[in-house]
Amino acid sequence: MASNGPPPPPAARTDGPPPPAPARRTGRARRPGTGPRHGRADRAALALMLGVPALLVVGLVWLPAAATVLLSFTRWDGIGGLDTIEWIGVQNYTDAFTIYPPFEPALRNNLVWLVVLFTVPTLLGMFLAVLLDRELRGGSVYQSIFYLPVVLSLALIGFVWQLIYSRDQGLLNAFLAMVADAPAVDWFGNPDINLYAVLVAAGWRHTGYIMLLYLAGLKAVDPSLREAAAIDGAGPVRTFTRVVFPALLPINLVVVVVTVIDALRAFDIVWVINRGRNGLELISALVTSNVIGEASRVGFGSALAVVMLVISLVFIVVYVSTMLRGAQR
Amino acid sequence: MTAETLPETRRTGPPTRRSPARRRLRPARVLLHAFLVVTALAWLFPVLWAVVNSFRDYDYTAVHGYLSLGGFTLDNYANAWNQGELPGYFLNSLVITVPAVLLTLFLSSCAAFVLSAYSRRFNLVMLAVFLAANLLPPQALLVPLFRLYNAVPLPYWISGSGSLYDSHLGVVLIHTAFQIGFCTFVLSNFMRAMPASLLEAARVDGATVFQQYWKVVLPLCRPSLAALATLLVTWIYNDFFWALALLSSGDKLPITTALQNLQSAFFVDYNLLSAGSVIVALPTLVVFFVLQRHFVAGLTLGASKG
Repeated sequence: MASNGPPPPPAARTDGPPPPAPARRTGRARRPGTGPRHGRADRAALALMLGVPALLVVGLVWLPAAATVLLSFTRWDGIGGLDTIEWIGVQNYTDAFTIYPPFEPALRNNLVWLVVLFTVPTLLGMFLAVLLDRELRGGSVYQSIFYLPVVLSLALIGFVWQLIYSRDQGLLNAFLAMVADAPAVDWFGNPDINLYAVLVAAGWRHTGYIMLLYLAGLKAVDPSLREAAAIDGAGPVRTFTRVVFPALLPINLVVVVVTVIDALRAFDIVWVINRGRNGLELISALVTSNVIGEASRVGFGSALAVVMLVISLVFIVVYVSTMLRGAQR
Repeated sequence: MTAETLPETRRTGPPTRRSPARRRLRPARVLLHAFLVVTALAWLFPVLWAVVNSFRDYDYTAVHGYLSLGGFTLDNYANAWNQGELPGYFLNSLVITVPAVLLTLFLSSCAAFVLSAYSRRFNLVMLAVFLAANLLPPQALLVPLFRLYNAVPLPYWISGSGSLYDSHLGVVLIHTAFQIGFCTFVLSNFMRAMPASLLEAARVDGATVFQQYWKVVLPLCRPSLAALATLLVTWIYNDFFWALALLSSGDKLPITTALQNLQSAFFVDYNLLSAGSVIVALPTLVVFFVLQRHFVAGLTLGASKG
């Protein structure tokens, strides 16, 4: 076997070994039973190669997620033994929706987060991708600049924007005071506006990400579609809305899911600013402070986490089925 | 290509669509570049602002304000590096990121190999289980994981805490478990596109399953592995939550999470904080400048499919 030399490129499928050619229809030839029999060692290797990763994923992700669902129906301080867990039915959920003041703002803020991400950065990202998806002088430079924030962590972005938003030392107030003699505004501290100030920073990062996804999607759109539309006399806007955009359906789904999941998982940036209080309540931050905070209300925190889990699972199912359908083609 | 002679998609331009003449489109192109330049400068600004102020003396800006020029110095970097004890935190990031990336790539390529070459029956179910896990909100696993980590004993030479909790190994494992899903999905797509004859030939030569994986399939995956590695390094280095939740000793924190402590250490000296932020961002900026191609490829690998 030529495994010592440089491997042939994957495209070199012309000179395969002649007779035992695989059935081309299915791509993969072998079905269980028809292939060469595996020895004991081979079977062990296969089991380990799939089993170890699967064990990690199931053991550290899925089982804890299931346990969270169970815990959400209990009262527990998280410190005592498992026998101190008290089964209380849906009490935690009732409490969350009725007597837990931060819950409602958190739900609302997550929703605002989602709506804002969808309206401004997603549309802007798509728009930039459409502008940059062509031969353009400096196109790759623009592209790089827009995606620069994507490599930064959201925690770091919180700090970087503090230099702009800080009440006493921030650029924005200094600038406003200079041009308009405006009074100092506490951009990250005022509960009426801090969510939007944070969203500017979060959107700054999200835009580049969406742009990259659409750029990849646009490259995959068959150019003859556009030509045909142009020959039929469709203008650029019409060509995009009627021809290109529908052809981007898989990417659109990915973008929807990515945006929803990002909005739901948003955490780092509000945590570094004020631990998700005072106008910056988010479900993720509530869960975290209920669980690792001083109060340590495990059952209650779990109920909040289950709310997140349920919302995200809806979109995860959509995403996974889309991706797998695409992959099976 | 005929596409270039066609009227191009443009929203900013005047209504010159009908005209095929390129000359008439020039003003639109100017507008397009003007829009892009302005937006790009606005995009760069927050980063540039941090970089510029990281080179300025705090006493100078305190007196003259930030909207001034002058007071340039390198001291902030030296101070941030020493006062913030950054070297130790960087080491922690390294100790977490490198093993997590290697382990994720190894395990996910193993799983992808089995799923793409051998198991047709479990293929879809397993991929769904793997891929979905990658998207779950981390907070949803926190409590059980916390208990589990506390319950798993580790010898003291691995973890000073005597358990998986508050150990770097624990953080490495959860990152690996979370990221395996995405990588397995991407790699199995890539491997399925390889000709089956490659493995047939290896089998005829008597290669074991592991040899087929290690010597035939893996070398061909190098481009995908490079893209995924770049992505994973960025993601894991940038992680804030898991280290916050699963490490309790301040001196074990990776640098992204330690930043929060630096904020209080640096008090209100925003110039020092800027310098610290720039230092912390450096590894990801290296990714940005040097490995851009791989990063973008990785980010769109999963998404462009379908």
